[in-house]
Amino acid sequence: MNEGLLVILLLFLPLVTFVVNRLFIGKKWPVLSGYLATLILIITTLLSVVLAWQYYFEYGKINGTYALFIPIDEPWLSFSNSLSINFTILVDALSVMMVLVVNIVSLMVHIFSLAYMKGEDRYGYYYAYLGLFTFAMLGLVLSGNIFELFIFWELVGISSYLLIGFYYTKPEAVAAAKKAFIVTRFADFGFLIGILLLGSLSNQFDIVQMVGSLTSQQTLTQGAGTSFIGLSALTWACLLLFMGAAGKSAMFPLHIWLPDAMEGPTPVSALIHAATMVVAGVFLIARFFPIFQLDGTVLTIVGIVGAFTAFFAAIIACTQTDIKRVLAFSTISQIGYMMLALGVDDNILNPHLGYTAALFHLFTHAFFKSLLFLCAGAIIHAVHTNNMLEMGGLRKLLPVTHIGFLVGCLAIAGVPPFSGFFSKEAILFAAYQQHKWLYAVALVTAFITSFYMFRLYFSIFWNKPVKNEHTHEGNWLIKLPLLILIALVIVTGFIPFGNFISANGKPLLLPMHIGFSVIPVLLALLGIVYAAILYFKESNVPASLENSFGLVYSTVKHKFYIDELYQFITHKIIFNGIGNASAWIDKQVIDKLVNVSAGITFSFSIAIKKLQSGKVQQYLLIFIVGILCLFVLFLV
Amino acid sequence: MPEVLQKILWLSTALFFIGVYGMLTRRNMLAILMSLELMLNSVNINFVAFNKYLHPEKLDGIFFFLFIVTIAAAEAAVAIAIIIHLYRYHKNIDVGETEELKY
Amino acid sequence: MIVHFLIIVPILTILIMLFVQKQQVIRAVALTGAIIQLLVVINVLWQYVLNSDMTTGNVMLQTNVMWFAPLNIHYSVGVDGISIVMLFLTALVVIAAILVSWKEEYLTKEFFVLLTLLALGAYGFFISFDLFLMFFFLELAVIPKFLLILNWGSGNKTYSATKLVLMLIGASAILFMGILGIYYASSNGSPSFNMLTLKDSGMVYHWQLIFFPFLFIGFGVFTALFPFHTWVPDGHSAAPTAGSMFLAGISMKLGGYGLIRLVTMLMPAAAQFYSPYIVLLAVIGILYGAFATMVQKDLKYMNAYSSVSHCGFVVLGIGMLNPVAITGAVLQMISHGLMTALFFAAIGMIYCRTHTRIIKEMGGLLTYLPFIGGLFILAGLASLGLPGLSGFVAEVTVLVGSWQLPFLPYRIATIIAAASIVVTAVYILRAAGTILMGNTKANHFDTPIDARWYEKWAGVLLGIGILIVGVLPFLILKIISPTIHYWQS
Repeated sequence: MNEGLLVILLLFLPLVTFVVNRLFIGKKWPVLSGYLATLILIITTLLSVVLAWQYYFEYGKINGTYALFIPIDEPWLSFSNSLSINFTILVDALSVMMVLVVNIVSLMVHIFSLAYMKGEDRYGYYYAYLGLFTFAMLGLVLSGNIFELFIFWELVGISSYLLIGFYYTKPEAVAAAKKAFIVTRFADFGFLIGILLLGSLSNQFDIVQMVGSLTSQQTLTQGAGTSFIGLSALTWACLLLFMGAAGKSAMFPLHIWLPDAMEGPTPVSALIHAATMVVAGVFLIARFFPIFQLDGTVLTIVGIVGAFTAFFAAIIACTQTDIKRVLAFSTISQIGYMMLALGVDDNILNPHLGYTAALFHLFTHAFFKSLLFLCAGAIIHAVHTNNMLEMGGLRKLLPVTHIGFLVGCLAIAGVPPFSGFFSKEAILFAAYQQHKWLYAVALVTAFITSFYMFRLYFSIFWNKPVKNEHTHEGNWLIKLPLLILIALVIVTGFIPFGNFISANGKPLLLPMHIGFSVIPVLLALLGIVYAAILYFKESNVPASLENSFGLVYSTVKHKFYIDELYQFITHKIIFNGIGNASAWIDKQVIDKLVNVSAGITFSFSIAIKKLQSGKVQQYLLIFIVGILCLFVLFLV
Repeated sequence: MPEVLQKILWLSTALFFIGVYGMLTRRNMLAILMSLELMLNSVNINFVAFNKYLHPEKLDGIFFFLFIVTIAAAEAAVAIAIIIHLYRYHKNIDVGETEELKY
Repeated sequence: MIVHFLIIVPILTILIMLFVQKQQVIRAVALTGAIIQLLVVINVLWQYVLNSDMTTGNVMLQTNVMWFAPLNIHYSVGVDGISIVMLFLTALVVIAAILVSWKEEYLTKEFFVLLTLLALGAYGFFISFDLFLMFFFLELAVIPKFLLILNWGSGNKTYSATKLVLMLIGASAILFMGILGIYYASSNGSPSFNMLTLKDSGMVYHWQLIFFPFLFIGFGVFTALFPFHTWVPDGHSAAPTAGSMFLAGISMKLGGYGLIRLVTMLMPAAAQFYSPYIVLLAVIGILYGAFATMVQKDLKYMNAYSSVSHCGFVVLGIGMLNPVAITGAVLQMISHGLMTALFFAAIGMIYCRTHTRIIKEMGGLLTYLPFIGGLFILAGLASLGLPGLSGFVAEVTVLVGSWQLPFLPYRIATIIAAASIVVTAVYILRAAGTILMGNTKANHFDTPIDARWYEKWAGVLLGIGILIVGVLPFLILKIISPTIHYWQS
C-alpha cells in the first residue's frame, strides 16, 4: 500500500471515532460506540504493524542506514516563504516505533475498557476522548513540522484534561485535570518560546530542514553570536524545549500533576499517564537530538534533572499507599531514567548509546507499565479500593492479574529475562561510561525501585491470608489485554533494538556484559528480598519503621511538600497578590480616573447651574445692564 | 428739533425707565405686566411724536403705534390668562414662588 | 453594485419592522434580514474572488459618488480582503445575536430595530473608504447601544450605559479631531477624506506625528486599549446578551479595523515612530487583563476582562507593523469576535436558567445542560488557544509575526504576551471547572432545560465559524494576506 495513504488512514481513523462518537452515536448507543472505537483501533494497529514491517524490513533501509521519508507536506498556515506551519508527515525509525507502541497500548486499553468502563455514564464519550487522544498522540509522533508537533502536543494535553476529568462530578478529578493542564501549559509556554527562537535561528519550522540548517556550521556561529543573559540563543532554545518536555514528562519540579492525574479512569492512566503521553518529552528531545548535541550543557542538565527525578520519585513511591500513586511515581522515576540516558549520550566513547538506551527503555516501559496499570485496574475493579493497606491475599482471587503484576514488577525491577532488564542495563552502561556519579544515583534508584514495586506486590497479593469472597476477576475482555501484554513484556527485551533505532540511523549493538550486570541485578534482588521481609507477612514492622523515621517519613509521604509550595505560590502570590492587585488597580485607579473625570464635569455644571436661577427679573436686569454697557461702549 | 418734541421725549424716557424699574422690582405679575405696558406706551409716545414733529407728511409712526397697541392688547390677554391660571393653581402670583420649571 | 446592498438590506429590514406589529413577525423579519445580509456578504466575497486574481489584494467593487461637494465628502464604498472577513464576522454574530434573543418579550420591535441599526453601522463602517462616511457609520454603531443597555440591560445599567457611550463618544470626538487633521493636512493641496487618495499622497511627517495619537487613541478606546478599557467590563456586563455579543463581537473590532487602516494606509511613517509605545500598551493590556480576569467573580466580568486581554493581541499585532503580525491581528479579531460572542451567548443561556452569574454559586451544570455546557467549553477552549480552534491560529500568527523583528524589547514583549496563554488557561479552566463540573448545586435551578432550538442554532453557527478558522486558516489567509501585503508595500 502507498505509504502516504497508509499513514493518513492510520492517523485519521481515530479522529473519525472521536467525531462520530462525540457528536452522533456516543449518547444514544454507547455500547456501539465502544465496539466501533475498538474495531477502528484494531484496524489502525494492523496498519501500524504493516507500516513498521514495510519500513523496517522493506524500504526503510537505504545503504545500511534508516532513512526518513516525508510522504505528505501540505502548507497549513504559511507566514512567509520559508516560515510556515505545514501538515508534514515524517516517517523515520523513531516515529514508526512510536506509532507501533501507541497503537498497541491504545488497543489494549480499548479492549480492557470495554469491560472496565461498562455501564458508566458517558461511556460513549469516553471512547470519543480515547479516539481524540490516540489521534493526537499519533499526530505528535508523526509530525514533521515543529509547530505541527506543538499543535498535537496541545491536543494530547486537552484529551488528557478531558479524560482525567472524566468523572466530572468528583471535585478531586476536576481539580486534578485542571492542575495537569495548567502545569503542562506552563511548560508549553516555554516550548512555544523555544519554537519561536529556533524558528528565527534557522528560519524554518520544518524539523528536518531546521535540524539541517542548525547543524551546519555557518548558522551555528550565527546563533551562538546572539546571546542573552550569558547563554547563547541556541542554548536558550534547547533549554526551553526541555522545559516543554519536562512539563509533559513530569520531570522535577514540574512533576506535581502526574500523581493527581490518577483521578482519571485507570485504563486512561495506563494509556496516557504511563505509556504514551508522558514519554512525549523523551520523544521530543530524541526528535531534536542533533540540536541538543550541539550544546553539551543542556544535555548535561537533562541528564542531571533526569537522574534526580528518578531518585526523588522513587523515594516518594516508597511511602505512598494508593496503588495508582505508587505506579505514578514509578512512572516519573522511569521517565527520569530515560532522560538520564539521553543526558549521558555522547558520541565519542560509545556512539549514541544513551539515545538508543533511552528509546529502548521508552519502548519496554510502555508495555510493562501499561501492564502494571491495567493490572491495577483489574484489582480496583475487583476490590473497589485504591488503598493497598485494604488489600492483601488476592493471589488466588485474581490469578491472571497476579501473574501480570508479578511480571510487570520483575520487569521494572530489572530482573532478567524480562524486558526492563535489558533497557535498564543499557541505560546504566551508558551512564557508567559518561558520568560515574549519575551511574551511582541510577544504581541506588534501581534498588529503591525494586523495593517499592515489591512492597506493592506483596501488600496486594500476599500480606494477608487468602480471602474467599466472591470477588471475581472479570471476563476475557479484562484478561486478554493482560495476557497479550505479559507476552510482550517477556518478548520485547530480546529485540535487538539498536538495529532499528539509533541516533544516526546506523545499526548499533547494545552492549551486554555479564560482569557489568551483576551489581544491578543483585541490587534488584536485594530490594525484592528486603520488601519480602517487610511485607510478605502482615506485621507491624513497617509501621514501626515509619514511626522511627518520624519527620523524614512524613515529609516524604507529603511529597516533600512541593504541592503545598505550589499551592502557596499560585494561590497566595499569583492569585491573591497579582490577580487581586490588578483587579484592585482596575477598580480603584483606572476606573476611578474615569469616574473622577466624569465627577469633575458634573460638579462644574452644578457650580454654574446657579446662574440659571429661573428668576426672569434677574435675567432682565443682566440683560439691561448688558445693553447699557454695550451702549456706552459703542458711544464712547 | 422742536422744543415740544424734546419735552415729549423726556416724558417718554421717564415713562420707559419707570416701566423698567417696575419690571425689575415688582414681585406681583400683574404689576410687572403693567410696567410692561408703561414701557410699550412710552415707545408709542415716541413714535407719534416723531411722526408729528419730524415727518408730518408721512403716517408710518401712526401705523407702528397702532401695531403696538394691538400687540400689547393681545399680549395682555395672553399674559393675564396665564396669570389667572397660575393663580388658580398656586393661589399666588408672585414670580419668586412659581419655580416648578427651574433647572 | 452588490456592495450597496450591505447598507440597503438593513435599512429595508428596519423599515419593514417599523410597520409590523406582531412579535413573531418582527423577529422573523429581523432574522430574515440578517440571513439575507449573510447571503449578500457571501455574494460580495464571490464577486471579490471573481474580480481580483487573489494576489493583488486591491480594493474591489468600488463606488465613489459625491455626497457633499463643498467639503469634498464622498459616498465611497468598496471591499478588500480585510473588510470582507470583517463583514463575514458581522453577519454571523448578528444572526447569532438575533437567535439568542428570540424570546425577547419586552419592547420587541424596538429591540430588534436597534440591533439592526447597530449592524447597519458596522456594515457601513467596514465598507466605507471615505473617512467621513466611516465616522458617520461608527457613530451609528455607538448611540443605539445606550438605549439597548438602558432598556434591556441588567444590574447597574444606567451607570454602565452612560459610561460606555460617553467613553466611546469621547473617543469619537478625539478621532474626529484626527480625521480633520488628516483632512486639512494631507499634502496634495485639496482637502480630502478619501483613504485611497490619502494613501497615495501621504502626509508630511511632522503632521503625521501630531495627528497619529488622536486617531490611535480614538480607535484604541474601541479596541479596549489598556488605560481606556474600563467601559468594557461595565458595559458588557450590564448589556443584554445580544448586546454583549454585539459589543464584544463587533464593536471592539471596529477599533481594530480602524487601527489597521491607520497604520497601514493613513500614517505608516508615524506608526513606525510610535510602534514601541503601541507595543508597550498592548503588552500591558494583555497581561494585566489576564490577571484581572483571574479574580473576577461574575462570568460576564470575567469574559469582559478576558476580552481586554485578547484584544491586546490585536493591538500588539498591529503595533509590530509587519505583515505577519498584522495578519495575526486580523485573525485575532475574527477569532475573538466569534469566540467571545459564543461565550456571551453561553453565559446568557446559563443565566436564563440559573438566574445568577456569580461563578461560585453554580456547580455541576454539565449534567443538566450538556449542550450549553459544551458551548461554554468550546468557547473556553478557543479562548485558551487550543489548536484546531480559532484562538490558536490567531495568537500563534501574532506571536510569530512579533518575533520576526530582531529587537530585544519586542522579543521580550512577545514572551510576555505568550505568557498570557498560561493565565488564560487558569481562568478558563477555573470557571469551567466550577460552574460546569464538580458538585451540583441544583437548588439554584428552576428550569433545568437544555438549549432550545434557537439557542442551539446560534451556538452551532458560531461554533462552526470557530472551527473553520481553526482548522482551515489557509482559506482566510488567502483572502487577507494579499491585501495586507498590498497596503504594507
